[in-house]
Amino acid sequence: MADAGLHVRLQQAAPIPLDAELACAPGEMLALVGPSGSGKSTILRAIAGLLRVRDGRIACNGAVWFDARTGVDWSPQRRRIGFVFQQYALFPHLSALANVMEALLDLSGAAREQRARDLLARVHLAGLEERLPRELSGGQQQRVAVARALARRPNVLLLDEPFSAVDRATRERLYKELAELRAELSMPVVLVTHDLDEALMLADRMCVLAHGRTLQAGPPFDVLSRPASVQVARLLGVKNVFRAGVLGHEHEREVTWIEWRGHRLEARLQPAFAAGSQVTWAIPQGQIVLHRRDRPSRGERENPVSGVVAQFVRLGENAAVTLEVGEATRPPLFLTIPLHVARRNNIDLGARVTVSLLRDGIHLMPPDEAHMPARAAAEPAAAGRPAR
Amino acid sequence: MDWTALRLSLELAAWTIAVLLPLGIWLGRVLAWRQFRGKALTEALLALPLVLPPTVLGYYLLVALGGASPLGALYQSITGQPLVFSFGGLLIASVIFNIPFAVQPIQRGFEAIPGEVRDAAACCGLSRWRRFWRIELPLAWPGILSALVLTFAHTLGEFGVVLMVGGSIPGETKTIAISIYERVQAFDTVAAGFMSAVLLLISLFAIGATYFSSARLRRPHG
Repeated sequence: MADAGLHVRLQQAAPIPLDAELACAPGEMLALVGPSGSGKSTILRAIAGLLRVRDGRIACNGAVWFDARTGVDWSPQRRRIGFVFQQYALFPHLSALANVMEALLDLSGAAREQRARDLLARVHLAGLEERLPRELSGGQQQRVAVARALARRPNVLLLDEPFSAVDRATRERLYKELAELRAELSMPVVLVTHDLDEALMLADRMCVLAHGRTLQAGPPFDVLSRPASVQVARLLGVKNVFRAGVLGHEHEREVTWIEWRGHRLEARLQPAFAAGSQVTWAIPQGQIVLHRRDRPSRGERENPVSGVVAQFVRLGENAAVTLEVGEATRPPLFLTIPLHVARRNNIDLGARVTVSLLRDGIHLMPPDEAHMPARAAAEPAAAGRPAR
Repeated sequence: MDWTALRLSLELAAWTIAVLLPLGIWLGRVLAWRQFRGKALTEALLALPLVLPPTVLGYYLLVALGGASPLGALYQSITGQPLVFSFGGLLIASVIFNIPFAVQPIQRGFEAIPGEVRDAAACCGLSRWRRFWRIELPLAWPGILSALVLTFAHTLGEFGVVLMVGGSIPGETKTIAISIYERVQAFDTVAAGFMSAVLLLISLFAIGATYFSSARLRRPHG
């Protein structure tokens, strides 16, 4: 069925600018990722029917919930959604059991209570049914909220930063539980988060948002390794973003050649960028391989680039290294290496090292200014200026 | 001890609460959550009885309810009796001068309910009525309770407005506050003292009950 799942298109200029389009298939978890103020929660509230947007259309499994043109606008009750709020929004005067039972008004008496007990047991809260929300820990409250959201067998499950109010240890346990629970769920699930790791860990697809605009959607790892624009790369915290010129393409070898600071770099074939044009390119830190200083190793001939270690910061068992390539005034390369590797290779401040930039990791993007809309470019660029 | 006056005061307080509570809940809820043009002006008008001297308020009520006013004339044509200097007139006056004492605590009570909780109720599929009855009312209850007590105590104690609108007709408009004043005027300090003590005890009990029950609401195992 072509209409299966959730289809959302929202547009408005004020009060919160929105220009968003997204889809979520049944059983799929879509993560909406973006900085605070990017409109993630607004989109979620619009899907729930808690907020009315000027223009757009929301449909789920063939039923139109909202259409600005025809004036259709179903109430949240009628849309039948499950919503887990950031602060959980449990009814503070009702027990965990009664909280879940409130969402089960379709059932009567004993069946209602039994189903609420089953749901609480499913989220590992058996025995705590009679507790009031304030007598539960943050993680337990979140579980009650999830049980309550699932109680109505919702058409869509909406999660608004559900892990932001719990400590780190609890969060990791809840991730695992949610991942387990997900396997049993057949409805579209939309997760709002500003935490990229959360999206990478839990979501099937992710959608990157800024200023109310959906910029790119796709499997999380694809979006991260192949951002569509400098803006997306910056929003996702990709550090190695540089400019280069395209030298040409070798179709038979599936290679695109670029020129960067005097190096001829071999990249995955990306023929959309014409020879002679300027591009921005990015490489994930995991695609930069350090050469051993004592003896040559595999892949040394793949885009070798040498530079001087300008910063060396220990982060637990790893070290964050910045490498100056060419002039010191230009943006450096960032890479993370295990601490023992750094020790064995005597890598420290001022050391000259050589790395390989793996061919498949080099991703080309349109040059930044041309691609970034004026509105976004005029922002004080929280994510930093594009690198030269 | 003027038991008739005490009974009249208690009856007036009960009726005032009966009329004002539904009105106060409706007004307080609207003012807490809705934005509309002229909201600030509405709130200012509703708070006016707090700052007006009781005699001024009483004077205007006397004019507004008197035989020459449309309301007074209508009442007289139906019942054959004037509205002022009657229990009915006194009740109208009592409701009006108690509005801020009822509406403001109720408004604060509704304002204290987080928006997310109301949204959650809608997302759970609760009907408007069930949302009100099951979620909003219990959560706004501390505010509603304060409104109840303040209105009750304030009605028992009001003097200026009652004297202006009701006069001092035994069994009809002579409340306990008026009776105390009259006893003092007649140098009957024993009766005045006794009635004052009764009023003090009732007020103390009412306010104590509020504090006790709101403390119970806040207690972890309430």
